[in-house]
Amino acid sequence: MSETMALVTPEPKRARLSVESGSRPRPAGSGSRAVGRTVLYVVLIVAAAAMLTPFFWMVMSSLKDANSVFSVPVRWIPEIFVWENYVEIWTRSDILTWIRNTLILSVTVTALQVLTGSFAAYGFSRITFPGRNALFLLYVATIAVPWQSYMIPQFILLSNAGVANTLWSIILLQAFGAFGVFLMKQFYETVPEDLSEAARLDGLTEYGIWWRIMLPLSVPAIASLSLLTFVNTWNDYLGPLIYLRDPSLWTMQLGLKNFVSSLYDTDYGVLFAGLVISVVPIAVIFLLGQRFFVEGIATSGMKG
Amino acid sequence: MTTTATPQRARRRRSRLRMRNTLLGWSFILPNFLGFATLTLVPVIVLFYMSLTNWNIFGSSQFVGFDNFVRLVNDGSFRTSFVNTLYYSVMHIPLTIVVSLGLALLLNNKLRGVAFFRTAAFFPYITSIVAIALVWNLLFSPDYGPINEMLRFIGISNPPGWLTSANWSMPAVVIISTWRDMGYYMVLFLAALQTVPRELHEAARMDGANVFERFWNVTLPSLRPTMFFVTVMLTINSFKIFDLILVLTNGGPGQSTMVISQFIYRKGFEENNFGYASAASVVLFLLCIIVTIVQFLWNQRKSAR
Repeated sequence: MSETMALVTPEPKRARLSVESGSRPRPAGSGSRAVGRTVLYVVLIVAAAAMLTPFFWMVMSSLKDANSVFSVPVRWIPEIFVWENYVEIWTRSDILTWIRNTLILSVTVTALQVLTGSFAAYGFSRITFPGRNALFLLYVATIAVPWQSYMIPQFILLSNAGVANTLWSIILLQAFGAFGVFLMKQFYETVPEDLSEAARLDGLTEYGIWWRIMLPLSVPAIASLSLLTFVNTWNDYLGPLIYLRDPSLWTMQLGLKNFVSSLYDTDYGVLFAGLVISVVPIAVIFLLGQRFFVEGIATSGMKG
Repeated sequence: MTTTATPQRARRRRSRLRMRNTLLGWSFILPNFLGFATLTLVPVIVLFYMSLTNWNIFGSSQFVGFDNFVRLVNDGSFRTSFVNTLYYSVMHIPLTIVVSLGLALLLNNKLRGVAFFRTAAFFPYITSIVAIALVWNLLFSPDYGPINEMLRFIGISNPPGWLTSANWSMPAVVIISTWRDMGYYMVLFLAALQTVPRELHEAARMDGANVFERFWNVTLPSLRPTMFFVTVMLTINSFKIFDLILVLTNGGPGQSTMVISQFIYRKGFEENNFGYASAASVVLFLLCIIVTIVQFLWNQRKSAR
């Protein structure tokens, strides 16, 4: 367990090291290292600028009037801040409906994914029975199968079941992925078996062990899975595009995409205001739970 | 008497325990498995059947054997989308590996502000495709976009038309998708770099190996399991590229960014030609599976050595 923790939480150790190296007197011959360091910083800053510029441009454009989004030469910071764009997006589009639908989907999918995923992961990691490994292999194998390749039979199936063009379709689509099972199983395998053994001696059933021991212990993994699933569902475009035809069911992404085509006067300032509104919640979630995002991704990629 | 009864009873008890465990195990897995089976396994199996029929919107379907596949081979726009998918992958996979590994190596140094930079690098990955596509579409705008303006500023008088040009649209898509994906793969590489034993580097330094030799002979071999995973994921993700292109260019201009997934989407959801679209889906499916298996075997052969 300590090994995996070191793998996924390198931050504290590195932070301490950098403090040490900063406070210690520099050894002789560090001149070339200082140059190297400066070069590294320059590269870092240029790369960071390249990564963040599109976001900066998006936010700034959301505060421009229709004509100055495209101005030659490019004006990065608007002359007059047009805050009205943020009012107009609410009146000119159904953004409230989109936000509501997106929230319903993201929350439901996340809850189902965490619940069924961690439940199944317990079966895979703690109970030995014939055929278990083959079944798990089947789960893992589907990670190599792109959704685009079976979206047509899946659509026909869900249409025949009568759930196409309802929010249920997206819930069903997203909630039972192999990823959640995989991520939770990776974590459960780092929990020492002795704990469950002790609980078993105390008379707890397997379900009790899952609920009272494993779930509380796996809060970091649950956080990772929840955040990744929530963001994924929030950002999903293809699922809603195929399944949600009725405008009252549109999600944020689908709504904004359709809003572009309805812009006769190409008032991009308003559109960008909408985009900012769609990105900000994710940005906040990400900044608050960054550690869990990184850990979740590092864990899922660890064993391949 | 007791000597024969005990093993029997033990065996019976063991088989009862096995039965109990099987039921118990399945009871845990079943809720997820029901959804997984009906929404993933069943569609994949049905897909293969559908690809051999002329299934359409009216639900009437006849078995047509391999007719759909023969038609695919002779379909110019399928061939174009197949070649475009490979073209995209050949550019996107190595570029993303180089950039994300480079960033990871950079961030593996003891530098101030590393945490901030990691956040910045990861941020595009969690931003929605729609926002990314709409913003980059305007950034790449040939006449008024900031990118071309910058290019003109540094002396390129005739910058490319990017998403409006048949030759430059795919490179533009590759730039955008690399920008989006690199943070994700960087995190994977960074986690792997943390596991490279420090002593190995020290030993190599003692032996007089320079930075590049150390990278080539120490770091890179230690990264092989991660490199394998990253390559497999990148390949699958490249082969199935769709939503970014759908919002950015919708396959255009002409068919210059039309990829397999979009071909499937058009035939299936726009022309309601489900049987024919399924045949194209089977091609995409097999492409991903075969490449994954080949890379898996290659990785195993290398790790055996």
